[in-house]
Amino acid sequence: MKTNRREFIKKSAVVTFSGMIGIPIVFGRWMPKDYVPVVFDQDNFHRKFNKDQDMVVLNDKPWNAEAQAHILDDKVTPASSMFVRNNGLVPNQIDPTKWTLTIDGESAVSTKSYSLEDLKRFPKYTYQLTLECGGNGRNEFDPPAKGNQWSIGAVSSANWTGVRLRDLLEDIGVKDDAVYVGYYGKDMHLSGSPNKNPISRGVPITKAMMEETLIAYEMNGEDIPIIHGYPLRLVAGGWPASASGKWLHRLSIRNKVHDGEKMEGQSYRIPCDPVAPGEKVEDDNMCIIESMPVKSLITYPKSGALLGSKKSLDIRGHVWAGELDVKEVHYSIDFGMSWQKCRLEPPANRLAWQHWYASVSFPEKGYYEVWARATDIKGNMQPMIVPGWNPKGYLNNACHRIAVKVG
Amino acid sequence: MVVDALKAVVVVLLMLFAIVIYMGYDYLESKRPNNTAIAAADAALEITNGIHVQSGLVEGEGLKLVIQNCTPCHSAKLITQNRMTETGWKSTIQWMQETQNLWDLGDNESSIINYLANNYAPQKKGRRAQLENIEWYEME
Repeated sequence: MKTNRREFIKKSAVVTFSGMIGIPIVFGRWMPKDYVPVVFDQDNFHRKFNKDQDMVVLNDKPWNAEAQAHILDDKVTPASSMFVRNNGLVPNQIDPTKWTLTIDGESAVSTKSYSLEDLKRFPKYTYQLTLECGGNGRNEFDPPAKGNQWSIGAVSSANWTGVRLRDLLEDIGVKDDAVYVGYYGKDMHLSGSPNKNPISRGVPITKAMMEETLIAYEMNGEDIPIIHGYPLRLVAGGWPASASGKWLHRLSIRNKVHDGEKMEGQSYRIPCDPVAPGEKVEDDNMCIIESMPVKSLITYPKSGALLGSKKSLDIRGHVWAGELDVKEVHYSIDFGMSWQKCRLEPPANRLAWQHWYASVSFPEKGYYEVWARATDIKGNMQPMIVPGWNPKGYLNNACHRIAVKVG
Repeated sequence: MVVDALKAVVVVLLMLFAIVIYMGYDYLESKRPNNTAIAAADAALEITNGIHVQSGLVEGEGLKLVIQNCTPCHSAKLITQNRMTETGWKSTIQWMQETQNLWDLGDNESSIINYLANNYAPQKKGRRAQLENIEWYEME
């Protein structure tokens, strides 16, 4: 029913649009089959990319959308609930039979191009890998930081399958002076310029050599969905998801920190030394974000539960801490005056998020907030308030909370 | 015989003519990617409750210029999500000009910046906001 309604709205919008611009037949008729002008495309995202209806679209050109906590309840994130962060336009012509991955660079002993079939002949590995946008939680910074205003849903933990980047690097040969591996994707710059990359980031050679760093060709046992990088994606779990390049067609083994688009300046960087809110920071004093900080989500129940006469509630969610494991999770129903320990499971593998569970008892009727707080193995704990301000609004790992009413 | 051959030639010419027209339209259409924004600005300034319906932008002086100059490349949602001071909007425009192929806005730049700074100014949030827009539901 809902789809039909949207289809109807879309059709009538196109008709109206054609009327407006005064060339009803020509424009409408020669439009590509599934083309809808950007201004009318806002209701189209979920159907186009098979996304859950509760995904929130932040931006439609380029596509950016986040999950809400309650649709991230699965232990392994399904494609339908996975956030989308695009810097450019999704490539529109992908022929997997002609797709190649070229590896080159100053620190490469040789240069090679691999077809998808070539890559699939290497040993195949699957890991559950947590990817969180560096800007997840940006909407809470004050003064505000510019960019997509992510709240809590720019995080996922799916199963990724592919070849180890390490195996490819060993096949190519890496010189001793190698510092970084930079990626290049087939997405198009928003301006339409073929000479500009929307984004070209990467990881230091040490991260590239880790056994969980993959050149993935499957997600959750299927081809990677187009919006998530089909047919090939670099996946570097635990790091800002921008390090995991989509629509991957080239990797460059660099003898210096990669200098691609959004590696330099202020992008995906935080002040090397803490700054006061709103302070201007020179580019020289901004440092690249590597491992993401400790964080948690309450994925059940959905915020806003009316418990009626019940006074107890089972809650659950996930925790993650970049390169680290999470040691403990606590919840509070009194704004941090007291904390109760939750049951915590180990991760499926390193860099996968962990699941936690608790049973809450409420002493009396009234309005409550349930707050969750994770602690990593080094003892780092989530803050209850928004952590250190930074110019681009990264790394907000403040505690997640939900509202509950009893009675 | 001659008549049949002429008929055939005419049919072929007509077909070629049709193909040329078809390709011509296709070519022209492919060369007008910004039409959506410009046409929307000219003819679709439908405002409901102070909001420009199609873009979600606030009604105000400079709205049309903003639609024309900003939305060809990126969504209006990138504007409506953000809050900046006059200086902040100005430096964002400069950044887009230096790195993202934004064109020179000429005399329109001050009107665009005024629109953005007046309608999308920062608001104080403090260190942690209240939970807002809670959708209450009966738990099973």
